[in-house]
Formats: sequence, structure tokens, C-alpha cells
Amino acid sequence: MSHMIKHDVPDDNEIHIEKKFVPKDLDIDKDVSWAQINKDVLRSLDRPRPIFWVIFFAAMALFSFGVYCEKYQYDNGLGVADLNNPQVWGLYIATFIFWIGMGHSGTLLSALLHIIHADWRKPIYRYAEAMTTFSLLTAALFVLIHLGRVWQFYYVVAYPNERWVWPNFSSPLVWDATAIGTYLTSSLLFLYTGMVPDLAICRDNATGARKKLYTFMSLGWQGTDRQWATFRVTYMTLACFLMPLAVSVHSIVSTDFAVSQNPGWHITSFPPYFVAGALYSGCSVIITLFILLRYVFRFEAYMTMPILNKLIKMTFAIAMVWNYLNLIEYSTVWYGANEIAKQQLLDKMTGTYAPVFWGMVFCSTVMPFTLLIKFVRTHLPTLMVVSIILNFGMWLERIQIITPTFGHSQYPWTWTSGWWPSWVQFGIVAGSFGWFTMLFMLYCKIFPTISMYEVKEMVHDQSKMLKAKGVA
Amino acid sequence: MKSYLLALYNNMEEAGLVLDELNNTKLPGFSMKDVVIKSPIEHPELSEKLGKRPVYVQLFTLVGVLFGPITGLTLVASAQASFIYQIRGGRPVVPIPPDMVLTYEFFILSGVLMTVIGCFIGWKLPGNRSPLYNTRVSEDKIGILVKAEDTSIPVINEIFKKHHSLEILGEEKK
Repeated sequence: MSHMIKHDVPDDNEIHIEKKFVPKDLDIDKDVSWAQINKDVLRSLDRPRPIFWVIFFAAMALFSFGVYCEKYQYDNGLGVADLNNPQVWGLYIATFIFWIGMGHSGTLLSALLHIIHADWRKPIYRYAEAMTTFSLLTAALFVLIHLGRVWQFYYVVAYPNERWVWPNFSSPLVWDATAIGTYLTSSLLFLYTGMVPDLAICRDNATGARKKLYTFMSLGWQGTDRQWATFRVTYMTLACFLMPLAVSVHSIVSTDFAVSQNPGWHITSFPPYFVAGALYSGCSVIITLFILLRYVFRFEAYMTMPILNKLIKMTFAIAMVWNYLNLIEYSTVWYGANEIAKQQLLDKMTGTYAPVFWGMVFCSTVMPFTLLIKFVRTHLPTLMVVSIILNFGMWLERIQIITPTFGHSQYPWTWTSGWWPSWVQFGIVAGSFGWFTMLFMLYCKIFPTISMYEVKEMVHDQSKMLKAKGVA
Repeated sequence: MKSYLLALYNNMEEAGLVLDELNNTKLPGFSMKDVVIKSPIEHPELSEKLGKRPVYVQLFTLVGVLFGPITGLTLVASAQASFIYQIRGGRPVVPIPPDMVLTYEFFILSGVLMTVIGCFIGWKLPGNRSPLYNTRVSEDKIGILVKAEDTSIPVINEIFKKHHSLEILGEEKK
């Protein structure tokens, strides 16, 4: 009865509470004009800070060194990479998994948060999507590089030929090729479709060759009601496809390992463990790029601290999920009946590979707890260092999945100790970081990194919400 | 002969009032079907005033999600079946569980491709572009494009002006 009275009669306290609402934690300034949003983002395409060119040319130099290493390996064979039995994959496949994983948070941030209407994603999802695309392009390179004979990559690609020779469709390697191809195609289309309204803005403000490019790519978009309605349905549908796809892609990558009988790999929790790891490393890179882009392109008004705070919280939550699954993996081996797997786990912790293992534990398990400290969350240089450490830890994690299993397999006569990758492997891995950074920076210079129309929507919705609460 | 008029507005409220008035005014050779809103962001509140305008993307998606897995499974299974005379050690020639993985990937790929194709067709892009456009629409203005008989154009022009349009662009249809 009292409950009914409370709703029928206006409650003074309730009104008082609503009026006390202070918008101190707004994700974005509600008073920023739409014209200003266009101006700020378009300016980033013309005049970034000089540091942009420093990063771009440094990345280019790194990439050139990687190309040199790859050519050297191509001319002299995989021996120069110190790849031989039993260590046949080395850093290449570890780094392949690392790059595949890095792309996952782009989809998470963009698709999942779009589906659940988390508006704070709007100023930052575009670069995360671009990161996904370039990560996949980088990952695909390692599949070719680790073969040595790069021209034989078509063994895993299904194409009709006169001898009716098809790849083995029951092999996870063929699943990999299909899954990565699907993910790359879908991510590119998702990125492009979501960018069309912004490309029209660029078209309306550009001249010369850029105008031609944007006119071609914006497909004549005019922002009509029918175009917007179609766009909304398309974008939501693509987001719904992208989420399960992202999960399936990294699950399939993990299946490469999990379906084998090798110690340390034959674990049923591998697919979710890989997906969590992928999201974790992707989120830390998103934080790194957030800080970088915010500074280089002067995006302080859009890449705001409240948004960064939400991103950090998400990263911490995913880090805890990953830690849990990591623990589950080791517990399964420890309490299982497979003595060889158990010995291999001990070797990981105390043997040749202990520095990699404990390095991973420090960087990926201990370091996320620093995110609970307010100073780390708010001091951008410190946060950037922490995010890079987290990501380095995830790279070590990929190495400690692969290398110990090859070095401490089922048969004692294959056991090796003291394996260390050659400079060629390190050079190619470093080159891949140069390649990624170069492509990413180039993208940021040509295409809008912040979704202008969605930031406008955000400002519009925020003003409406505040008006309804009687604050504005 | 029908002509086009495009009026620009500073805010959604004014644009909404124009649509209401256009809806209530009976003019020869004019219906709300001939009104198009152009805006920098989606305005569902304004679009509602235009009446129901269906979106057909979902149909393309449906075709995609049906076509993809069927084609994928057929491709994979028929490739495996081409080895039917080989000894498979007692295992099935066409193993269904592992084939489901690729069927799933084809399901997604085909769904995505058909959705995007449906979107481009729904946009009527590239090619069929609306005749009047102002670049301020991509910045912060809301445009209302109307197609009507020449005799009704002055009345519509008056409605636009009455609601403080920033600019009116007109073009006679050839």
C-alpha cells in the first residue's frame, strides 16, 4: 500500500535527487558543437603533431629491417632463423597468434558495445576496428613467413584444379585459413560500412586527389532518412555476425593446438582461454593507441579520461578472466593423469623456459593489479608503459604456449634446452611491428579515426538526457 | 512537371514543425512519400513523421545465411566425396562434426556479404543520387527535400520560410 502511495503522490525527495544530478563524469563535453567535431577530426587528416612523422618513419625503418631479414631467410633457408627439429615454429607462430589476438578487441569494442548500446565506445571504436584489420593483415604474413617456402601457402586454400586435389577440410590449418579470411573480409566490410557517413563529410570538405578518393568511397552518401534507416539495420546485423565470428576465429586458432596430443596443448579449455587472451592483449593495445592518438592528433576533447577509465576497467575485468582460465589450464594438467604434460608444466616453471613463464606471470598476472591504483589510471605516461608491459606479457604467453611443448615433448630424445631465437626471427618480428604501425599511422592520416557522426549522436543524446533531467 | 526544393534548418524542432505542416496541408501533386530528410545523424523522431518506410536488408541477410552454409557444406562434402574410393581407415568419407566448423564460417561470410550487398542496394548507391544537396547537411544542418508539382512549389516555399529556413535551394526537373 505504501508503495502505491509513493508512486501516486509526487515525492519531493525524488525530485530533489534528480535535480542534484551533476554531470561531472560526462564521457564527452555536451556543449561541443557539431561543426567543431567536423573541424577537429578533419584537422587531424591535415596537420598532426610532428611526432606523427617521427613514429611513421621509425616504423618504416623497422619494417625495412624486417623485409631485409625476410629476404635473408628466403635466400638462405629457415636454418638462418635457427628453426630446426624440434623447434620448428619459433617466434613466428607465437607472433602469429599474438597478432590474431590483438585484433579481437577491435571487434569487442565496436560490435559488442554497439549491440549493448554502450555509447562511450563511439569516439574510440573506429581506430580499434582499423587495428583489427591491420593486425589480421600482419598475422597473415606470419603464416607465409613460417613456411619458408612462402609460395606453398595455397596448400591450405580451397580452389578447383585439374587434378581434383583439395585441401584436407578436417584439418584445423584449413579452418584457420578460412576463419582468418572470413574475419578479415568481414572486419574490412564492417569498418568500411561504418565509415561511409564520415567519408561523405570528408568529401564535402576536401579538394584535389583526396576529394576524388572520398567521393569514390562515400558512394554518393547524402544522409537521407532511407540511407540512415538502412545503415542502422546493416550495422547492427554486421555487429551481430562479427561477435560470434571473433570468438570462432580465435577458438579455431587454439584448435590447432588443442586437437593435437602434445603435452601442454591437449586441453579443452584452450578455446575460451585463447579468446580471453586475445581480448586482453587487444584491450591493452587499445589503451596504448588511445594515449598515442590522443596526443598525436590532439583528440583530448573526444578521447576523454572518463572513457579511458571505462576502457581500463574493461581491460582489468578481462585480465582477471584470462588469469582464471590460465589457472584452470595449469590445474587441469597438475591434477590430471598425464605425467608427461605435468613434467612439461614443471619444465615451463623451473627449467629452460622459466624466464619466459615468470616474465609472463609478472607482466600479465601481476601488472594488471596496478590498474587499481588511481595514479596509474590517470597518469598517461605511466599508463602507457603499463599497457605496453601487459601486451609484452601476452606475447611471452604465446611463446610459452609453443616453445616448451616442442622442447619437452612426448619423447625424451627430442628434449632441448637453451633454445634462443636467432636475430633473423627477432628482426622479422620487429619488422611486423613496423609494418603494423606504418599501416595504422597511414590509415589515421587518410581516414577519420574518430567517428564524427557517432560523436554527434553522443552529444545529441547527452544533451537530451540532461535536458530531461533538468540539468541543461 | 515536378520540381525539387531543399530547405535547410538549424534544429530538429523547426524541421519537425515543417514536416507536420506539410503533412496537414493538402497540395495537388504532393504526398509525404516525396519528402526526404537529410541529416548529419539519424533522427528517428523526424523519420516517424514521414510514415512507414520499410528496410529490406534483412531479406538479403536471410538469403545469405541460407545460401552460405548449404553451399559451404556442399563444397566441403563433395570435395571429400571425390576421394570416396580411397581407404579412410574406417573413418567416414564425409565427417560431419569437423565439417560443421567450415559450414559455420561460410554461414557468417555469406551472411555478411549479402547484408552489405543489401545495404548498398537499399542506399541506391552508387548512382541514383538525390538531385539537391548542400554540404552543410554533413556538418550540422537538417535538410528537407520535397518533390512537388510546380503549382504547389510556392506554397511549400512559404511553409519553409515560415519556419525560419536558413536557405532554400530549388531546381526544376528536366
